[in-house]
Amino acid sequence: MDWLNAIVQGTLLGGLYALFAAGLSLIFGVMRLVNIAHGDLIVLAAYLGLTVTTATGLHPLLALLIVVPTMGVIGYVLQRQLLNQTLGDDLLPPLLVTFGLSVILQNALLEFYTADPQKMDAGALETASFAVGGLTLGVLPVLTFGVAVLVIWGLQWTFYHTAIGRAFRAVSDNQDIAQLMGLNRRHVFGLAMALALGVTAIAGILLGIRTSFDPSIGGGRLIFGFEAVIIGGLGNLWGTLAGGVILGVAQTVGAKIDPGWQILAGHLAFLFILAVRPNGLFPRIDA
Amino acid sequence: MSLQDYTVSRSSNAARIAAVVAALVLIALIAAPWWAGRAEMRLMGELFLYLALASLWNLMAGYAGLVSVGQQAYVGFGGYMLFALTMFAGLHPIAAIAAAGLLGALASIPVAVLIFRLRGAYFAIGTWVIAEVFRLGFAQVSALGGGSGSSLPVAVVKSLASKRAMREALSYWLALGAAVVVVTAVYLFLRSRKGLALTAIRDNELAAGSLGIDIWRTKFTVYVVTSALTAMIGALIFLQKLRISPDAAFSVNDWTAFVIFIVVIGGIGTIEGPIIGTLVFFALRETLADLGTTYLIVLGVVAIVMMLKAPKGIWGVIRSRYDLQLFPLGYRVIAPKPDNGA
Repeated sequence: MDWLNAIVQGTLLGGLYALFAAGLSLIFGVMRLVNIAHGDLIVLAAYLGLTVTTATGLHPLLALLIVVPTMGVIGYVLQRQLLNQTLGDDLLPPLLVTFGLSVILQNALLEFYTADPQKMDAGALETASFAVGGLTLGVLPVLTFGVAVLVIWGLQWTFYHTAIGRAFRAVSDNQDIAQLMGLNRRHVFGLAMALALGVTAIAGILLGIRTSFDPSIGGGRLIFGFEAVIIGGLGNLWGTLAGGVILGVAQTVGAKIDPGWQILAGHLAFLFILAVRPNGLFPRIDA
Repeated sequence: MSLQDYTVSRSSNAARIAAVVAALVLIALIAAPWWAGRAEMRLMGELFLYLALASLWNLMAGYAGLVSVGQQAYVGFGGYMLFALTMFAGLHPIAAIAAAGLLGALASIPVAVLIFRLRGAYFAIGTWVIAEVFRLGFAQVSALGGGSGSSLPVAVVKSLASKRAMREALSYWLALGAAVVVVTAVYLFLRSRKGLALTAIRDNELAAGSLGIDIWRTKFTVYVVTSALTAMIGALIFLQKLRISPDAAFSVNDWTAFVIFIVVIGGIGTIEGPIIGTLVFFALRETLADLGTTYLIVLGVVAIVMMLKAPKGIWGVIRSRYDLQLFPLGYRVIAPKPDNGA
């Protein structure tokens, strides 16, 4: 029963990792950009949530109404003003610019919020739980998992059933031809980053309710998101959810064996899958 | 002016002058224990080790196209090997440094086989995962102090040299030697046949492959050699620090972020770049370090602006303006001087 519990809790934790990963997967899919600052943006969203809740007294989940659009605007401006300049055949500029951005964000957060660990107060939601077939599930982890499924379904739907989704797929397939068809790729990229950071905002708030956070944890969140993307297979959003779940289960099972092994077990599971299925478990056929 | 009048040369006057100046500077630096204070020697020792790390990262990223954000894996690995081999195997510290290099090469082989499956930017994050695995792994070894780390025993430190002044001079010379060996090795490697293959891969991977260059093997060689040398530098770094802990040994900021800034600011894909970048980085650090986090923000902004406005770095700007090459790698055609009578 203990093991089953570890697996179920790990699955729910996987929902949070899938949310970390979804934004990463989205921008890679649309503009082949790997954002090293992604983890720090998650932490930024958590701090924005903290500021909103302490300033207005809103519940953290209601703070999403403010933080998600804010992060979206930040994403659009960031893409149009900075990241669009780095896109091209050369791999180095986007990598090094987002790496520099990561250092700037981390230290700016340190300057404003100090290094003290912070946490968002979500009241009864934090400890609420219910029993299912002998297992006790926390309401927050279940909610997180539900949100992850909903977000990924929403992204999938946006991609395949809306005009903006068509634009995303068009610039992803061929930027130049998409441009000839009247799409402004700079604007489309901006919208993709806005959407990605909107998802990041949700991830950041849920992270901030679940655990304490400080400015230095961004790198770790980036790695979890990245591992979920690779385990699931590049360019497959549902695969990313599966990747997050596998990572989450590996971590909770590892922690069950020895508490010091939690994170390490996740990394080892990732390396194992990289060794046996280098394209991930569910690669997109055309990738 | 017939074709025979043209000559092909690798060297130039600038390179010859640079070589003479470099030799003089090197002699002055070797003599530093007689003219510099303790604090200066420590600072210069650190500078040389950063120069070595930057030159190695530059070889990987600037020439082999392997952009790693996980070289701290080998810095920390080398440091821990120094501690483990001197404490448990009773090796002399200098023998332990050499052994750390060898073990670093061995460790990097399976790592390379695994993470070479990732392309481009995903390769970069993959190297970071490896560094995290190393960090968490060493934190589990209780004999080496676990998560809180350990100090180098006094007996081991004394085995290097009995007097403190002598120890400090020795560790300074080791750092200087490491920098000279690494820069020279990178230079000679790039002038060799393999180096030519590497440059071809950098310029156009597809074309290089179609000319019969084994791309995977060339990159693999660069990765393993770089890792081995990085592990040796790591051992030297922690021989200077005398204390090691997982967080310090595998710090992404100290051993990768700063190194990347050095290379980007100085000029990626050139041998001169890391040298200039190291000098600029230390000048900035010594003047702005009191600002704390603001200093790191400034550093990040400088790196981003550099990447966008002058992607070839300071040396790239100088080279394109004055056609200089202090470490001559390429051949150039020299036109004959026009005859006065003609």
